[in-house]
Amino acid sequence: MRVSISLIIGSVLLGAMLIAAAVPDWFAPFDPLAFDYDALSMPPSGEHWFGTDQFGRDVLSRIIHAARVDLQIAVFCVIFPLVLGGAIGLLVGWYGGILDAVFGRLVDLVVTFPFLVLVIFFVAVLGPGLVNVYIAVTCVGWVPYAKLMRAEVMVQAQSDYVAAGKVLGYQMPRILLRHILPNAARPVLVYAVTDMALAILLGSSLGYLGLGAQPPTAEWGVLIADGKNFFTTAPWMALFPGLAIVLAGLGFSLTGDGLADLLAVKR
Amino acid sequence: MTALLEVSDLAVVFHTKRGPVHAVDGLGFSVERGEVLGIVGESGSGKSVTLRAITRLLHGAEVTGRVNWQGEDVLAMDTERLRRMRGGQIGMVFQEPMAALNPVLSIGLQITETLIAHTQLDAAGRRARALELLDLVGIAAGRTRLAQFPHEFSGGMRQRAMIAIALAANPALLLADEPTTALDVTIQDQILRLLRGLVDDLGMALVLVTHDLGVIAETCDRVAVMYAGRLCETGAVAPVFAAPRHAYTKALLGAMPGQGQDALVAIPGMAPRLDAPALGCAFAPRCAFRLPVCDTTRPALREFGPAQSSACHAAEALAS
Amino acid sequence: MNRGSWLLGRLAQIVPTFLMIGIAVFVLARLLPGDQVSAMLGERATDETIARLQAELGLDRSIFEQLLNFLVAAAQGEFGTSMSLRLPVMQVIAERLPVTLALMSIAMVLALAIALPLAFVAALNANRWPDMLIRTVFQIGLSSPVFYIGLLLLTVFAAGLRWFPVGGYGDDWGEHLYHLFLPGLTLSFSFAAVVMRNLRAGILAVLTAEYVDFARAKGLAAGVVLGRHVLRNALIATVTLVGLHVGALLGGAVITETVFAVPGVGRLMIDSILARDYPVIQALTLVLAVLVSLAFLLTDLVQMWLDPRVGR
Repeated sequence: MRVSISLIIGSVLLGAMLIAAAVPDWFAPFDPLAFDYDALSMPPSGEHWFGTDQFGRDVLSRIIHAARVDLQIAVFCVIFPLVLGGAIGLLVGWYGGILDAVFGRLVDLVVTFPFLVLVIFFVAVLGPGLVNVYIAVTCVGWVPYAKLMRAEVMVQAQSDYVAAGKVLGYQMPRILLRHILPNAARPVLVYAVTDMALAILLGSSLGYLGLGAQPPTAEWGVLIADGKNFFTTAPWMALFPGLAIVLAGLGFSLTGDGLADLLAVKR
Repeated sequence: MTALLEVSDLAVVFHTKRGPVHAVDGLGFSVERGEVLGIVGESGSGKSVTLRAITRLLHGAEVTGRVNWQGEDVLAMDTERLRRMRGGQIGMVFQEPMAALNPVLSIGLQITETLIAHTQLDAAGRRARALELLDLVGIAAGRTRLAQFPHEFSGGMRQRAMIAIALAANPALLLADEPTTALDVTIQDQILRLLRGLVDDLGMALVLVTHDLGVIAETCDRVAVMYAGRLCETGAVAPVFAAPRHAYTKALLGAMPGQGQDALVAIPGMAPRLDAPALGCAFAPRCAFRLPVCDTTRPALREFGPAQSSACHAAEALAS
Repeated sequence: MNRGSWLLGRLAQIVPTFLMIGIAVFVLARLLPGDQVSAMLGERATDETIARLQAELGLDRSIFEQLLNFLVAAAQGEFGTSMSLRLPVMQVIAERLPVTLALMSIAMVLALAIALPLAFVAALNANRWPDMLIRTVFQIGLSSPVFYIGLLLLTVFAAGLRWFPVGGYGDDWGEHLYHLFLPGLTLSFSFAAVVMRNLRAGILAVLTAEYVDFARAKGLAAGVVLGRHVLRNALIATVTLVGLHVGALLGGAVITETVFAVPGVGRLMIDSILARDYPVIQALTLVLAVLVSLAFLLTDLVQMWLDPRVGR
């Protein structure tokens, strides 16, 4: 057990983001949606730390309010694939046999489709928007969770306490849920934290492409897309939301690395 | 005339998180041209570390003392001089041929790269020399063997290939670190005979590290017995085996199978702790001849006859 | 087991893989909600035009007949006509695909040029400051979205310093290289980070291997030991990773091409989605999956070349 620097820095970053997302009004100096025609495209100043956009909206306030959306993306883009993939991996790992063979072929097939391309394909058919992004990511992103869970369950199924459970005549669901799941869950959860960093990148990328969060929802990727046309004249409009993404991504991946160290999970 | 290799006051300390580990402590011995020296001791006695310290192959260890190669200080050599000595003048054979041979390079390449490093031979010359070497170590069908990879060789053949690589540049000394431990008994014997034959034919010197006194008796001219990183006793094989002057040597000989007893008799007691070196004799806690002085004073190396020295307070008691 | 038959077996595997990809794309296109035909025709569609288009697309036949027709057509490169570009889909893709392949190649070369030396520097200085610095920089690189890196490079080096064009592809190979350098660099960062991380770990593992000590004991020069004995063995694991990363690289290409207005298949994908050009989207999904499976194949071949133990 060792608390690493990664874990400390990562959790500080995440903690700050969580607080900002929970009570944005405490920190945002301005109303994120309020137009101010006297302060259009103002560079960073004492009043507007990160400047204003082409409608005079305070960039810092918009970034703080967008934290909620991006955190939501990070969590939902991971939790749904985790639940679906975890359930599939649990069943496949426990029952094995033909189910496992079919699973193997399916995984081989899914990994030949580039992740982002497949997500975009789903979003294209379902239509842009965050809900459809969650559906698309769930359909595509369950694979690594299922693989992890299957491998863990297969290890746990060989252990003594499972054998003992069978001898004691416990029902299968009880063994699965009470004994195997808690033990198998650890590496899956560590992976999930790291995966949230990727989810932030994915969500903001889709937002940037116009396939994710839809304006006027403030989302970091959308903010960058809004600001990109002013990048040479008013770089602060896209620069600062990008930094927010980098810090959030760092927060999740450092926390994930630190947790892996702490819980001695091999990756 | 100076000895081929002269080691004196050699100490190797590994600095670990739990403190220093004294793997080798005040070790001294010498090797003359054309002779076979056996270094024997239990695992952890520092014999393998000694070999690697001689060629400066240890990672993250503090090595002090003197290693003289033909009068030249090895520990002070620059990188290029050291490179030319390694492989060129001192060949090495490791314990596990499967681990020591690079799995993804052909045996031929692994021989010829040594030739490139140490000789002026052209490609054709290197190939001829490689075939000659395989023949020398008893690997038949050399032409096909050169193109093959380590996993296509048997254990004994791998060890022969490694010996061929070590011999490639005609070294004056071969250091062999338990060359037969990973092999089964019949192959062990073949490899030892091969090594002894090579020494006799090529006029090369050999240092053979082993934990097996039988190997020493069969192959070596002289022996050095190590315990806890220290030298216990050294001398010509015959007098040391006939009349050991160190209590540890005596115990080792007593534990040897096949000397009028069927079972292996283990030496009682625990292996020594290298993180807290003994003030007196390292073997004292397990010694049957222990004297009060053994716990307080480290025994000095004393000569007993022309070809035997020992560092044991009870040396006289052993003789009677 | 002989290597020749292993190779043949591996090559033969590509056939069922392609078939599975074809079936998957067909099923995906049919399973998802949303009526392709009315989406293609828009709001002006009458019952009559819908029926005619359905017949044209063979949507009035049985599902298995449709699948068979789709697979046969796909095998011949027949994907119908692009609704927005009024051109055969295959022609559109064939024009754009080389651009994306060139972009990915540049990105891969740049990534390896960045990652290989830095992985060595990091591994040889493990846990000292050069290692910490390199890992921190790459950690930040891994957390930066592709489009953001692209925008930064575009603003600084193209719009600001005017060293590079702000977009496009150019007309000959020299111009292609010039136009694709910044997008390639953009795309290379995350790939370089992944390769560096993996290769560093690989080198660290190999550095303590007995055969590396033995190579030193043979008196080989440090460069030979690192290049021949360490790198080659460390690369074996990394090659697999490179293959697995081709899909992610394609995804990154979609975004990079959008940022830099590069006329590749990634840009085509986004344009087609915005234009609801289903035949193109469907064909592209299939082509890109085929591309990835070919990359997996290539990976296995390289692995076989690097590691004589494979296939025996």
